[in-house]
Amino acid sequence: MKLILHIWRQKNQASPGKMVRYEVEANEHMSFLEMLDVLNENLIAKGEEPVAFDHDCREGICGSCGFMINGVAHGPLPNTTVCQLHMRHFKSGDELYLEPWRAAAFPVIKDLVVDRSAFDRIIAAGGYISVATGSAPDGNAIPVRKQDADLAMDAAQCIGCGACVAACPNASASLFMAAKITHLGLLPQGQPERKERVLKMVAAANRELFGSCTNIGECEAVCPKGIRMEFIGRMNRDYLNASFTYQEEKEMAGVG
Amino acid sequence: MTLDSRIPSGPIEQKWDRCKFELKLVNPANKRKFHIIVVGTGLAGGSAAASLGELGYNVKAFCFQDSPRRAHSIAAQGGINAAKNYQNDGDSIYRLFYDTIKGGDFRAREANVYRLAQISVNIIDQCVAQGVPFAREYGGLLANRSFGGAQVSRTFYARGQTGQQLLLGCYQALERQVDAGRVLMFPRTEMLDLIVINGKARGIVTRNLITGKIESHLADAVILATGGYGNVYYLSTNAKGSNATAIWRAYKRGALMANPCFTQIHPTCIPVSGDYQSKLTLMSESLRNDGRIWVPLKKGDKRPPTEIPEEERDYYLERKYPSFGNLVPRDVASRAAKAVCDEGRGVGETGLGVYLDFSDAIRRLGRKTIEERYGNLFEMYERITGEDPYKTPMRIFPAIHYTMGGLWVDYHLMSTIPGLFVLGEANFSDHGANRLGASALMQGLADGYFIIPYTLGDYLANTKLEKVDDSHSAVKDAEREVTVRIQKLLSIKGKRSVDSFHRELGKLVWDYCGMARNAKGLQYAMGKIAELAEEFYHNVNVVGDGNELNQSLEKAGRVADFFELAQLMCRDALERNESCGGHFREEFQTPEGEALRDDENYCHVAAWEYKGEGQSPVLHKEPLRFEYVHLTQRSYK
Amino acid sequence: MSAAASTFAQKAQSHRFYDSTIGKKAVMAVTGAILFGFVVVHMLGNLQVYFGPEKINAYGELLHSSPGLLWTARLILLTSVVLHIVAALQLAALNKKARPVGYVRKKNIASTYASRTMLVSGPIIFFFLVYHLLHFTTGQAHPNFRAGDVYHNVIAGFQQPAASIAYIVAMILLVNHLHHGVWSMFQSLGLNHPRYMPWLRRFSAAAAILIGVGNISIPVSVLAGLLQ
Repeated sequence: MKLILHIWRQKNQASPGKMVRYEVEANEHMSFLEMLDVLNENLIAKGEEPVAFDHDCREGICGSCGFMINGVAHGPLPNTTVCQLHMRHFKSGDELYLEPWRAAAFPVIKDLVVDRSAFDRIIAAGGYISVATGSAPDGNAIPVRKQDADLAMDAAQCIGCGACVAACPNASASLFMAAKITHLGLLPQGQPERKERVLKMVAAANRELFGSCTNIGECEAVCPKGIRMEFIGRMNRDYLNASFTYQEEKEMAGVG
Repeated sequence: MTLDSRIPSGPIEQKWDRCKFELKLVNPANKRKFHIIVVGTGLAGGSAAASLGELGYNVKAFCFQDSPRRAHSIAAQGGINAAKNYQNDGDSIYRLFYDTIKGGDFRAREANVYRLAQISVNIIDQCVAQGVPFAREYGGLLANRSFGGAQVSRTFYARGQTGQQLLLGCYQALERQVDAGRVLMFPRTEMLDLIVINGKARGIVTRNLITGKIESHLADAVILATGGYGNVYYLSTNAKGSNATAIWRAYKRGALMANPCFTQIHPTCIPVSGDYQSKLTLMSESLRNDGRIWVPLKKGDKRPPTEIPEEERDYYLERKYPSFGNLVPRDVASRAAKAVCDEGRGVGETGLGVYLDFSDAIRRLGRKTIEERYGNLFEMYERITGEDPYKTPMRIFPAIHYTMGGLWVDYHLMSTIPGLFVLGEANFSDHGANRLGASALMQGLADGYFIIPYTLGDYLANTKLEKVDDSHSAVKDAEREVTVRIQKLLSIKGKRSVDSFHRELGKLVWDYCGMARNAKGLQYAMGKIAELAEEFYHNVNVVGDGNELNQSLEKAGRVADFFELAQLMCRDALERNESCGGHFREEFQTPEGEALRDDENYCHVAAWEYKGEGQSPVLHKEPLRFEYVHLTQRSYK
Repeated sequence: MSAAASTFAQKAQSHRFYDSTIGKKAVMAVTGAILFGFVVVHMLGNLQVYFGPEKINAYGELLHSSPGLLWTARLILLTSVVLHIVAALQLAALNKKARPVGYVRKKNIASTYASRTMLVSGPIIFFFLVYHLLHFTTGQAHPNFRAGDVYHNVIAGFQQPAASIAYIVAMILLVNHLHHGVWSMFQSLGLNHPRYMPWLRRFSAAAAILIGVGNISIPVSVLAGLLQ
């Protein structure tokens, strides 16, 4: 099959970029990234720079890959990262526009590669349970309702690829944050820090210049792991609850 | 050189406790005076960096990915073993120890493996406390599943994404330390050399993958947790970026490389479908719990699987190994698949595949249960192949998955270079010649959470570390060598892409140093690899500059190291005149085609010492002594 | 403690709350709920026009009978409108900054038309509101305004086709706005649950359409001569 690709080419963060047209011969058994590998081999043979794109595991779990295909994050197949998208879903003659995630918080590094370290900083702000190594009680000491554990797992599946931000017209990171807040907030182990967590993570996302949620649902439609918008509601509830009830730690000078 | 494994004396149950008591400690106020480098942020590196940060050390952590959360531990599917015996089915620390030693075909250290089994129970506790959403029973307690090579249910899991959940737990702990200022994180930064000063590991040279800047980082100790080298085969279940450069650079600086030929072939991967294929996708071993593996009885039977009647199917694992059946260890299952395909009974277009059939399990347990257990794996299979495994059996074939070999380390996880510690898959320590399923996650976390925090302190407390800075000649030399290497790769400007060389190298290693090896093939491969490496340095084309994001350049450096490593793997395989675990030498097999060990001559760790460019490496042997487990011919019948 | 953590600790709670996007959305949800309540009550009041001049004029008088209550209500509504708009504008500015460079191609695959056009329907409804107040409350924009005679004002006002059309268009936009806005305020306040969320979405659509139909029926009836 022959494809016409329009790919965003940008040398580095400082230079301007533009869409460049390529043609490539592919076959239907290839994955989308393997099709780009073929294009890159062709470019190298001509002495041109290959198209840079992030990828690593190529089995849909590391969250490295992702770009827009014809205006849809990770392309047309639901619940699928671009590395797991196969060419049998396209047909010869298709014209495809490949663009990097666009957000102020995700500056373009080169071609289709963006900097998603803002996500790391959101997690660093509070997306964890503080437990020093070695201080944990027996794994079965605290039973967890199976339904809660299952729902926590649904949320915990987030791979941090950034598709939700890319698809959101406001470049909001709500789905990403909500997934972590829901995951930890559903478990008994996550309760002690539940309020600080949501307050700090939301504040961090705002510092990183992610936009606001307008509840329109583009994020959940492109999420390769099927993270649901209902979790954003949970995050909002946790946030409002924490905002009205959270008390700063009192100064404990002289104690101990 | 004598290899001192520093195994503590005393009964095996007490060795680790005794060792911990005898280790010197670093006073909490002094910890902040020490600087530690951790390379790699998977389960081993991430847990080490987080734990050391918590203890108060100044940690710098490095990964080549854009975030520490992307390390390839994330792709582990099936689970993590622990001797909790929650199922009351006869498990114990001793049994996990025994299973692991036996599964490794008696080529691992008893003391290390026993410690691993001991620590396994703490790992589960730690991860539960971090919020890892392990699967649970309706009563709220942790669920278990069984796995290859064991007759008890001791594997903890989080759907088919156990590695992901464990890694995220450890990544979150790491990010907490980043926020607290205890860990400085360097993503998109690749280690390209080790700095050794006065015989001690004192730092690393890195390349910033975005700007291309070459930098040195100095420290009091260096921890490598950079994973395995399965990508030497080009096609493997490893992530595309997984590479051996960090451990290979350490090897060239004097660390010994142990058992490089011990590589694991995973029996359940999606078969190769074409020349453009860039990687292989694993289907979790847990599928073998409920799936039955078969091929047609008749050669060249091209009927669709559903039309082949029961009596014309050969459930060969159940036939050959009635007591373990479909749950034999990975090496055994892989070789059996190869054997039936060699007989011409393989399935699929290429004839390189066997069926993994769930129709019995769906009949017995219902589709819903199967969906709950393996739903995401089935979806993944369908996405890749376009076939629905609920309706038609999966096709699977073995693929390179894990490397048991790695840098040699002693009981303290320190390599032969003082101050250089190696954790996780990057070291050789615990799995012998074959790793059992669900044990890699266990080892990575044991090393990072529970071993290195103790043994590192002992090294620091016992060692006089002189002050060093960037102006030291060893630092300048290492930086210069790195720069020269990069310039060399960029200046060749030949005709072939890096990938085309990597593909060719991979095929050579797979054909001659893969599932089955023989002396003639290994010798041939060594010659061929040398020729290919020669061509690489004359004809590779690395487009672009060194001072920007350049993925071709990254790959070229890694492939250059793979050439050298592949040579050493073949040499090691040739030297080991026996079959054991994943190392199957065709000359050494039982009449039934099982691996035939030679305990008289090869009950040792083969550790190779680098002697310089163009020189043959020198073999050192660490004898393995088995005081608790009797060496037997492994039998899963 | 890192810089990030200390800025967190130093800021006052209320300040932080409104600083955050979720806080602003909560303000929009609460003020939206008040305005929605008003729109419902207002429509029910309007429909009394069908019961003749006495009924609706009496209703008008009733509303004006206690100026204290009337002005309290007006103040609450006015504050809600202001807060709703200020928060919306601030969020819109923030969201624009969040994506400085757009896509060459962008496809919307899940969102409704209504949800994507809140920033269009909202401001038009606001300008309509100003016109509506000048038209029926203060009379400056009315051709033949009689203070206190609600019925007359409505009939005479809507007998001008241009005014009627303006009302109909505005009401269609209001339907659009509420179609997304009503269930969205539950989501913004975290009053969601997978069990009743689908119902809430249906309720949201139905309420929006009922309000639209109820209000639009009046100018249509006037133009059709059913109300005189």
